[in-house]
Amino acid sequence: MSAAPLPTRAPDYVIHGRCVVPGVIVGEALVTRDTISGWGGVNPMAGTVIESRHELNGVSFAGKILVFPGAKGSSGWSSIFHMTRLAGTAPLALLFNVTTTKAALGAVVLRVPALTDFDRDPLDLIASGDLLRVDAGEGRVEGWRALP
Amino acid sequence: MVTLTTQEKAMLDGAQGPAVARAMALLVRYAEALGAEDFVETNNVAGVPGSASPWMKEYYAADGGDYRAVFSRFDLDSDDVVDVPRMNAFSCHLQGGMDPELWREQGMTEAANANFRSDEAEVAAHGIQLLKTCTPYLAGNVPVMGEHCAWMESSAVVFCNSVVGGRTNCEGRESTSAAMLAKRIPNWGFHRDAYRLGQHAIDVQVPVDDVFDWGLLGYFTGAAVEDTIPVLSGAIANPSLIRHKHFGAAAASSGGVEMYHMVGITPEARDLETAFGGAPRGERFIYDARARRRTWETLNSVGQSTAVDFVMLGCPHYSIEQIAEAAHLIEGRRVHANCALWIFTSRAVKAVADAGGHTATLRAAGALLMTDTCSAISQAIPPGTRVAAFDSAKQTHYLPAMMGIEGWFGTTAECIDAACTGVWRGDLA
Repeated sequence: MSAAPLPTRAPDYVIHGRCVVPGVIVGEALVTRDTISGWGGVNPMAGTVIESRHELNGVSFAGKILVFPGAKGSSGWSSIFHMTRLAGTAPLALLFNVTTTKAALGAVVLRVPALTDFDRDPLDLIASGDLLRVDAGEGRVEGWRALP
Repeated sequence: MVTLTTQEKAMLDGAQGPAVARAMALLVRYAEALGAEDFVETNNVAGVPGSASPWMKEYYAADGGDYRAVFSRFDLDSDDVVDVPRMNAFSCHLQGGMDPELWREQGMTEAANANFRSDEAEVAAHGIQLLKTCTPYLAGNVPVMGEHCAWMESSAVVFCNSVVGGRTNCEGRESTSAAMLAKRIPNWGFHRDAYRLGQHAIDVQVPVDDVFDWGLLGYFTGAAVEDTIPVLSGAIANPSLIRHKHFGAAAASSGGVEMYHMVGITPEARDLETAFGGAPRGERFIYDARARRRTWETLNSVGQSTAVDFVMLGCPHYSIEQIAEAAHLIEGRRVHANCALWIFTSRAVKAVADAGGHTATLRAAGALLMTDTCSAISQAIPPGTRVAAFDSAKQTHYLPAMMGIEGWFGTTAECIDAACTGVWRGDLA
């Protein structure tokens, strides 16, 4: 599944967290400081955030490593993200700060690598466009900053 | 690592059949994701098991495209399709997609209704009770203090934890469907004592003594504490079931509150110290006349035109007490020609409303009493709706944004008046 090539230089940062769903993936980060709603907040067919006033409103997370504070809103969170897997619009991996039943179950049924409870805040370190290598089973995220 | 009992290991190994094994496998993955150490047993599960749109059935066409395929592949997230037996736990279906009789009025097609009826027959055949409501506690499923439940629906979850002292996290479709078979749910979050303690204080300084004001206070509370546990004290008067229903639904939608304490009112808050498990901690938020007005203005910021063409009541589903009140308010009046009035409840409560003549009273006035769903869940509003009015902070939060319409929030009496005049005249007393 690792589509993107890894840089030969050492990573710019490494953070450690607790494994939610194991797996290894390389991909581009999409970072938001806003919590994400599933039902009513995401269009699963398009893989986009549709919540008005959300900083990712209209942005697609399909094929990206989604870095976000946590899940909020309706109990339909997991089934909406589950639908993105069916529709082919799922994120590549999930990195989130706050563990809730919504985020945990959503990560499980998405079947993508997921991590939480980090030693450093990924929202401070990771920027959208950074290249990440996530090894969830090892609890490790390596990041390379996007070149300007 | 989650620890399994001997019985749970056997279930995982297939001792109770392949469907229970798949359910247990999903619950183990979920428990690991949460970091739970073991499971609690539950015999009270409420979800939306197996209901699927034609799109989802088409997606699983190669697996048969039927209830069995959807339940195996989506609900249990299984790689293969297995026979799905009767559920083992006491299991309830929450709200669904349309009224079983008034679906044409809701704008549903014949094909959508046929799909709805087919799913419903399967749900019943699998031993799942058709409560078809967001208020299971008004339709025959009232948890007791300390009972471990696995419920979906944020407004029902907050009611279960806060008002009756039941214990549930805000579960999802897949975890509830699996729990219906396995009678297990991860022992995490609200199942554990330490997780149920207050985190922030709300000091209520303005009298809060009717359903409308309890809703406003709920909306304020959620915005203040987000998804943590508030402890409310002060001028909250005369608790009743419907007041809690509107408070909790509002707090869950503006902030994601899954449990709250009200000192001297809710069962785990005998006093401040009990509610916090020690000295009060966290932040202290003041609810005074200014905060009340600000909250009312926020909710009404999605309204501009006073020409109301749709009034929607019953979010969360109306109790019999509320239906009787609405019928009383509208008796002798008529819904305005430019307006529609839809009131939503459960089938159980509607049967009582039918018996008491309330359904007929509403019908005579031009209003419809509907079951199973609501405008937000089914995205059903009368054709051409531009401006709606609600007595629910939750519905005001969701529906205008979802449907691209304007919305007003007020008292039940203001909403009934708007339905009969076509004009919004709500104001904050």
